[in-house]
Amino acid sequence: MLNQVMFFLFGAMIVIFSLLTVTSRKILRAAVFLLFVLISTAGLYFALNYNFLAAVQLTVYAGGIVVLIIFSILLTSHVSERAVMAPFKQSLLSALATVAGATLTLMTILQFTFVPNAAADPHFNITDVGNALVSYNRDGYALPFEVVSVLLLAAMIGAIVVAKKEKMLKK
Amino acid sequence: MIQNIPLSYYLVISTLMFFIGIYGFLTRRNLITMLMSVELILNSVNINFVAFNRYLYPQQLQGHFFMLIVIAVAAAEAAVAIAIIINIYRNFKSIDVENVDEMKY
Repeated sequence: MLNQVMFFLFGAMIVIFSLLTVTSRKILRAAVFLLFVLISTAGLYFALNYNFLAAVQLTVYAGGIVVLIIFSILLTSHVSERAVMAPFKQSLLSALATVAGATLTLMTILQFTFVPNAAADPHFNITDVGNALVSYNRDGYALPFEVVSVLLLAAMIGAIVVAKKEKMLKK
Repeated sequence: MIQNIPLSYYLVISTLMFFIGIYGFLTRRNLITMLMSVELILNSVNINFVAFNRYLYPQQLQGHFFMLIVIAVAAAEAAVAIAIIINIYRNFKSIDVENVDEMKY
């Protein structure tokens, strides 16, 4: 009963704050609504009993990316500035297209009955996740781990080079 | 923990979030808010991975790693995108997509 209440609370928060994120005229406020969406998603992961994923969601998404976005908003626009929205005709067409897509997807999902696996609650912990992440045996994920680390290094260098000022390049 | 909540409820929530993100991507004119819509889309996909992992294959960890890697890619994408946005702001004094029409050399 309680988990149902929590699930519907988080679900409603996700949908409402997502809508506010994409419709709010104030950019900084939209970023804060995005933060609420990400925190509610972490709540859903807690409801699924995946504590590690919820922690990752909170630290990387809610802690890292939102801070980055808020910083860049403060660097590029005034707080009181209002976002320019698309013309009415374009918004209407986009809304129609997305509502049609959502209806189609929801109808497809709700027609299908998923049979949940009746196994007991999983009893792995963070150690198992960490071991699988660096294991190169079957069910190991060492290769994607290495690929992601190279990607992060490349993104870091690329971000520094792109955001560097021209004056510093000339020196 | 997951009794009484069918898997489809999670899928419904993530579908709504995904299409709200697409709506934002289509209607927003500010580069940072478009980036925020992309984050919404990536986050909705994560919910799908995790819910499928929990309901259909609770003994395995595939959904975990997909979600972790999607988060890493999202973080890298946000860092590079914000570097580009700040550079665009330096050159154009604006980050509205309507004003940025001279990116070609």
